[in-house]
Amino acid sequence: MKTKKITPIRYILVLCLLLALVSGCATSQADRYDEGATIVPAKKPVSEFVKKDVTYPIDAYDPWECFNRDMYTFNYYFDKYFFLPIVGAYEWILPDYVEDRISGIFNNLGELSNLTNNLLQLKGKGTAITTGRIIVNSTVGLAGMYDPAKNWGMPEHDEDFGQTLGHYGMGAGPYLVLPVLGPSSLRDTTGLAVDTTARIFFWDWMWRDGTFENVSTSNESKIRWSMNAIEVIDARHQVPFRYYQSGSPFEYDFVRKLYLEKRKLDVAK
Amino acid sequence: MKTKKKLQYLLLSCSLILAAVSIGQAASYDYPIADPIAATILSTPPADQAALPKTIRVKKYQTIDIFPDRSVPEVFWYNEKLRYSVAYHKEKAPVMFMIAGTGAGYDSAKMKMMQKAFFQAGFHVVALSSPTHPNFIVAASSSGMPGDIRSDAKDLYNVMEKMLEKSKKRDLIGDFYLSGYSLGGSQAAFVAKLDEERKVFNFKKVLMINPALNIYDSAIKLDKMLVDNLPEGGNGFNTFYNKLIGNITDSYVQGDFVDLSHGFFYSAYDEILPTPAEGKAVIGFSFRISLANLLFVSDVMTNSGYIVPKNMKLFKTDSLTNYCKTSARGDGFSEYVENILYPVYKAKNPDLSLRELVDQSSLKVIEDYLKKSDKIGMVTNVDDFILASGDVEYFKQVFGDRAKIYPRGGHCGNMAYKDNVAYMIDFFKSE
Repeated sequence: MKTKKITPIRYILVLCLLLALVSGCATSQADRYDEGATIVPAKKPVSEFVKKDVTYPIDAYDPWECFNRDMYTFNYYFDKYFFLPIVGAYEWILPDYVEDRISGIFNNLGELSNLTNNLLQLKGKGTAITTGRIIVNSTVGLAGMYDPAKNWGMPEHDEDFGQTLGHYGMGAGPYLVLPVLGPSSLRDTTGLAVDTTARIFFWDWMWRDGTFENVSTSNESKIRWSMNAIEVIDARHQVPFRYYQSGSPFEYDFVRKLYLEKRKLDVAK
Repeated sequence: MKTKKKLQYLLLSCSLILAAVSIGQAASYDYPIADPIAATILSTPPADQAALPKTIRVKKYQTIDIFPDRSVPEVFWYNEKLRYSVAYHKEKAPVMFMIAGTGAGYDSAKMKMMQKAFFQAGFHVVALSSPTHPNFIVAASSSGMPGDIRSDAKDLYNVMEKMLEKSKKRDLIGDFYLSGYSLGGSQAAFVAKLDEERKVFNFKKVLMINPALNIYDSAIKLDKMLVDNLPEGGNGFNTFYNKLIGNITDSYVQGDFVDLSHGFFYSAYDEILPTPAEGKAVIGFSFRISLANLLFVSDVMTNSGYIVPKNMKLFKTDSLTNYCKTSARGDGFSEYVENILYPVYKAKNPDLSLRELVDQSSLKVIEDYLKKSDKIGMVTNVDDFILASGDVEYFKQVFGDRAKIYPRGGHCGNMAYKDNVAYMIDFFKSE
């Protein structure tokens, strides 16, 4: 069974490779103008205006920009023709109230990664509060459906392995737009892979350890697949972001900047 | 002595009356933020907002192909069709068209708020992006360079007509109404004027909310707010920007990134008030981002060769970061008018001065129409800083009691305030 299991991360990696192969980044300069037309230098040219030795606020380390922009476009189409219709159906079927409870359950499960990473960064307060949150929300909060811990002075302390790596001094590395998942960086993608793997091991351990011993193997995989599917749908449901919705030609630049700055702040926290 | 005493009494009673009057005024309008800059950025505190439904029946992400034959530059592939939204009732109802302010999309926070208010009041509500929004420029601007308000009004009218043609439920469509805020308010007046000739909609009532009297002059004021309030003059841009980005990301959740215009940059300050200078710079900056979009998109659409070399094609995966830097710096709106808009008009009419061109986009051009059209109303604030001194007096004189002037609220800061929403709905509901 184990060898057959394809984790989301493996999916993503395979997809990355495939898309890298098909993404057309090298454009010949001859395609840049119609036959017979000549390119006239701009009146306010970039070359004169943007200085090479100056770092501008919008600048970011993005050596794979062409691939990333392709991926950004891919995500738009993936959203439009696959992901969002499913999320739409999910939202249409379920009342908002039920959706919020489901989000709560998955957010509660996500606390596990918050806990390990608070621990790994030796953050005593964060670890204590996250432990408290798990205990309170899993019991009084009915498996995370409600978040009473927040009202009792225990707000979420989001930490992931990307932040842990950052905490110990690793830079973000190149910006990376992941298929389906969107903005990330090399460091954060590594972190995501580690967090996901850890989670899979944890669940394996839960299943094998007899927690659910009277569930048959075939039912197990069905349940786990449905859980994964609902989790992914719920994750998209929780994010109102739509690719290209701003219409701005500089949306890619702004999203990149905001993502990297946000992560910088998260790490510093 | 007696006269002195009398005089004292007189003074006392005078001051009492004055105090009573000012208290009376304050009691009649309780919008809580006194400073126009703060009002503009912070908008209306939730407790003071009009009660609106949390969700309404709305079709989001609607698209319409305005120019099916237009070949859109590859770099703007995602803007080929015009996006809009419609809130609708299942029975026959009047239709409200709304036009967004400079650079704002149909889904900006202010548009969503107004859409809910009008829907609640029984209208079908069509939300349109500003003609200065990149999506509108690419998909629906006939010239590819907005700014001449008469031409923009024609584009808007064309869009509305196409939408009406596309509508499959004509039997549910009642009378037509029109509204807009900021630049969209000014445009609404010109659309109404155009409608008198074209007579497709025969708008029953039109409301302009915080309009600009002359869009060029208002834009110059907003440009100056950025330049004049940066630390260390213009050189402090990076310092200012880094601080702003820090503030934004602090409150930013990936999902909130919908509206690149004002609302988004203001959202960094939902609780903490910036210093007055910083506040002005933030307003100027968010305006500047809209202008950077406008400048770049119009440059490419018109092949003006201003920032992007003339005749050069840009592709889907091209980095636009350097164009972003180049577009964002400079003189803002005046730079746009001088280098993109004006040359085209001057080529057609060599005697036309720049001042003459921009004055054609002033509401003063249609003063007679505004004076005698009882169906057009306007709302603004005494402290709206996009207006010049004397503009409010001018509005009072032209619109008479159809002008509703609030004592404060800055530029559009009080739009969601309960009194304002009540007035807006009442204006459209009363015969």
